[in-house]
Amino acid sequence: MKQVFGRSPSLKDVQTHFCPGCHHGAVHRLVAEAMDEFAIRDRTIGCASVGCSVFLYGYFNIDVVESPHGRAPAVATGVKRARPDNIVFTYQGDGDLAAIGMSEIIHAANRGEDITVIFVNNTTYGMTGGQMAPTTMPGQKTSTSPYGRDINNDGAPFKMAELLSNLDGVAFSARVAVNNPRNVLAAKKLVKTAFRYQVEGRGFSFIEALAACPTNWGMQPLAANERVGSEMIPYFPLGVYKNTDNL
Amino acid sequence: MRHDVFIAGYGGQGVLLAGNLLSYAAIHEGRNVSFFPAYGVEKRGGAAMCTVIIADGDTGSPVVGHPSVAIMLNQLSFDKYAAKVKPGGFCIVNSSLVEADTAALPGVTLVRVPMNQIAIELGDARMVNMVACGAYAAVSGALALPSLQEALQKALPARNHSFIPANVKAMEAGAEQVRSAQGQ
Amino acid sequence: MIGKQFVKGNEAVAMAAIKAGVRCYFGYPITPQSDIPEYLSRELPRNGGTFIQAESEIGAINMVLGASAAGLRAMTSSSGPGISLKQEGISYMAGSELPGVIVDIMRQGPGLGGIDASQADYYQATRGGGHGGYRIIVLAPGSVQEMYDLTMLAFDLSDLYRIPAMVLADSVLGQMKESITPNRRPVCALPPKDWAVRGWAEGSPQNVVKSLKLGDGEMEKFHWEMHARYQLLADRESRWEEYRTDDARLIVTAFGSTARISRTAVETARAAGMKVGLLRPITLVPFPKKIYADLSRRCKLFLDIELSTGQMIDDVRLSVERDTEVAFYGRPPGAGSLPTPEEIFEQIGKVYP
Repeated sequence: MKQVFGRSPSLKDVQTHFCPGCHHGAVHRLVAEAMDEFAIRDRTIGCASVGCSVFLYGYFNIDVVESPHGRAPAVATGVKRARPDNIVFTYQGDGDLAAIGMSEIIHAANRGEDITVIFVNNTTYGMTGGQMAPTTMPGQKTSTSPYGRDINNDGAPFKMAELLSNLDGVAFSARVAVNNPRNVLAAKKLVKTAFRYQVEGRGFSFIEALAACPTNWGMQPLAANERVGSEMIPYFPLGVYKNTDNL
Repeated sequence: MRHDVFIAGYGGQGVLLAGNLLSYAAIHEGRNVSFFPAYGVEKRGGAAMCTVIIADGDTGSPVVGHPSVAIMLNQLSFDKYAAKVKPGGFCIVNSSLVEADTAALPGVTLVRVPMNQIAIELGDARMVNMVACGAYAAVSGALALPSLQEALQKALPARNHSFIPANVKAMEAGAEQVRSAQGQ
Repeated sequence: MIGKQFVKGNEAVAMAAIKAGVRCYFGYPITPQSDIPEYLSRELPRNGGTFIQAESEIGAINMVLGASAAGLRAMTSSSGPGISLKQEGISYMAGSELPGVIVDIMRQGPGLGGIDASQADYYQATRGGGHGGYRIIVLAPGSVQEMYDLTMLAFDLSDLYRIPAMVLADSVLGQMKESITPNRRPVCALPPKDWAVRGWAEGSPQNVVKSLKLGDGEMEKFHWEMHARYQLLADRESRWEEYRTDDARLIVTAFGSTARISRTAVETARAAGMKVGLLRPITLVPFPKKIYADLSRRCKLFLDIELSTGQMIDDVRLSVERDTEVAFYGRPPGAGSLPTPEEIFEQIGKVYP
């Protein structure tokens, strides 16, 4: 019998610690498939961040450096400058990248560091228990915005894919989702594109992946998945915001 | 043999370059040197000071409480630091800008050199520090004038080497002023 | 034959770093250490290395973390306010057993403080500085030549023990100029960096550089291992300088710039017929406890001199025999507070037994 579906060789054969309905697993798989596609697994170095994605080394068959909260783009800068022939990526959540690590991501992007950043936006701090994140949506209730995010008090959510696309150092910036097969296929293509940019030495590439966090949203997995399509995508539109292929 | 000299003025008078010149000259003569600068945070016009220690052996402390020679390029420095000069020592003052009272410095030899005036007469007011270096060489006997002239090659960037002859003249004038005053 | 060069202490640090084979420098401007990044921005790229002026002190230390994790010699430099910001990264490096050199040209604090010399960051440097109960190697140069030599040593010790190393000086040592011999890199047998991330090839182990340790007993084991390594460091690497301690009744002790100033005071005391010596710790971590214990059995009194209200004195008191008296003379840092040799000589006279 011909095998038509299997585990990506870049992923370890282990169960993840992610909650049922969490989208991290799907995003991990897309990253692993991009490594498979370009046969770069054995020269890829991951920079893990602080949050639910800290266990990168437990799931990927790659060398990993764990970074302080928000600092993965600075750590990745150090790794890539030290080993320019390696493929280096960071994998960060929204609190990590867009709050405490805003300075590091903006400057790494602006320097045009030849790295790939996978940014998982689930509108909340997952690991610490669902506090308000810089991408928490207007009116969204979290454990630290019990009356809903008030943009007069807390500001509006950051739209990172758009924001970074304005920097000259950024070669590629796109927002994807993994809430349905069509979006997964589109996301797969764009994650590959982001890694292709690095394989070709084209500079900073950025993927924002919208993701569900059923546990901290207090929703069933299916309902949470539904919310990505009904609430998040209209506010955080999918698509390619910067593409330097034709330059 | 150990010599120490404290130089003070305002930023722009070339205090640090003077200290560097004395240092390079002493190194040229095979001595050990310690050069310790201090200046205000302002980029322009603040206080500038430095201490240079010249020794055959260990230079020891870069900080000196009571220097044997002090060069005071402006009034503020004189008022603040002249009293620190060691008894038996010398205080060289830029008499173009400093009104110095001999009575205030018991046991210290006051050497008045009109540095601005000399520099201007030689064509460039910025050579005050060169006049000061020449005066120091004559007062202390710690350094030979040719060593100071040699030091200019090292202390000045190549683009400024065309000014060396004029600077040498200013050093000689400073030394000459001291010698003629001592001869009187 | 290597010719002598007349350079600033900060420049000596930068020259030594290049000689020691530093491949990456990441830093942020702050007085009084900016000569270091200025020199390296000019010279490091010419010598095949990488220089980045980082977006912040935090960015800089984390770039050091990344480059070091990748197996290269990496460094940063700063002063008080910047060193405080770097503590996060230093703690992560310590937790990840990463080498790396941090140069701290101390200035006054707390807060913005000022740019004059200070030794008031002794606690911050020698007690780890960040969270988590770790120590870093701390070397305290006393001359421009030592700024050069100890920078090289910092790289070697850091690689040998996989502990971050700090060169702790102040604006006196950073700004003063002296003639130095730019010595060659010392020969030091270093273990291979087989733990570094370089890509997980078939047949080799997965390398993970991390400080998160959640397994049952995992963190406790790590702490005991580090504790043993700090002990090994103390046994093997304690360094100090003694000056005329043989027959001394009073031993002045100080590190860095104040030791330099004190030495002249000790010479003055000797010329006056007083039996005074100087003990200068060169390694602050490990603190050379044994020599303090040994000398305290022979002399009557120690006089600790610091450019602070007294920090190293804790280590001196913990190291000497229990009935040894330790006197103190300190000047808190600030404009005009640098003690003179004359002033220290006067203090020697006051307590001389």
